[in-house]
Amino acid sequence: MRVLYFAWLREKAHVAEETVKPPKSVRTVGDLMRWLKARGGGHAEAFADTRMVRCAVNQEHVPLDHPVKEGDEVAFFPPVTGGRR
Amino acid sequence: MIRVQTEDFDVGRELERLSRDNHAVGGVCCFIGIVRDMAGAREIAAMTLEHYPAMTEKALKKIEAEAKRRWPLEESLIIHRYGRLEPGDRIVMVATASGHRQAAIESCHFLIDWLKTKAPFWKLEETPDGGQWVDARATDDTAAARWAKPRPAAKKPDAAE
Repeated sequence: MRVLYFAWLREKAHVAEETVKPPKSVRTVGDLMRWLKARGGGHAEAFADTRMVRCAVNQEHVPLDHPVKEGDEVAFFPPVTGGRR
Repeated sequence: MIRVQTEDFDVGRELERLSRDNHAVGGVCCFIGIVRDMAGAREIAAMTLEHYPAMTEKALKKIEAEAKRRWPLEESLIIHRYGRLEPGDRIVMVATASGHRQAAIESCHFLIDWLKTKAPFWKLEETPDGGQWVDARATDDTAAARWAKPRPAAKKPDAAE
């Protein structure tokens, strides 16, 4: 499973992209986030306040109870701020 | 048409293109977003826009398709820049062309409001205190909510619990 990080999540996690193999118990994006957070270090910092984290599975915005499976591209990022300031 | 690019664009030429070969167009509406030198009380030397390319393209196509579904548009254009931009630089252009002004004006307004809450862009501002990531604003959600369909509440697609 490919995991991408953007903006301050990328800076805190110290990684832009990684391939992970979570255990079977990781069924949703929320599970994946908690599993990544438990790895500690930069990941714990990036996911310290999960209310500030948005996610996408295969380039679509999804809620945290959305399922994830092998081969998915999962992205974590702050709320978006497109357009003008 | 959707374009996501680092380089600037020529507004006049882009607008000209929307109606030049299509004489069913009776009105063109355009919004240009420009980088300001202040964010609240802080001075901004520049900002760097980061995006998620695969998702940006998907999200912008969806937004454009939704506008075309809601209004009788002849043409539409979204240009969004990324990378480092300085105050005064153009950052985004949205333009719509329709037979009549109302559809052009409303759909242009809709596109820029929706783009702000759906397109995966993030801004890092260079301030005297260092780089600061710009928070999404509640007012952006309020602006986008104006265009929500008056139908049974759909679940929020990007809410994180």
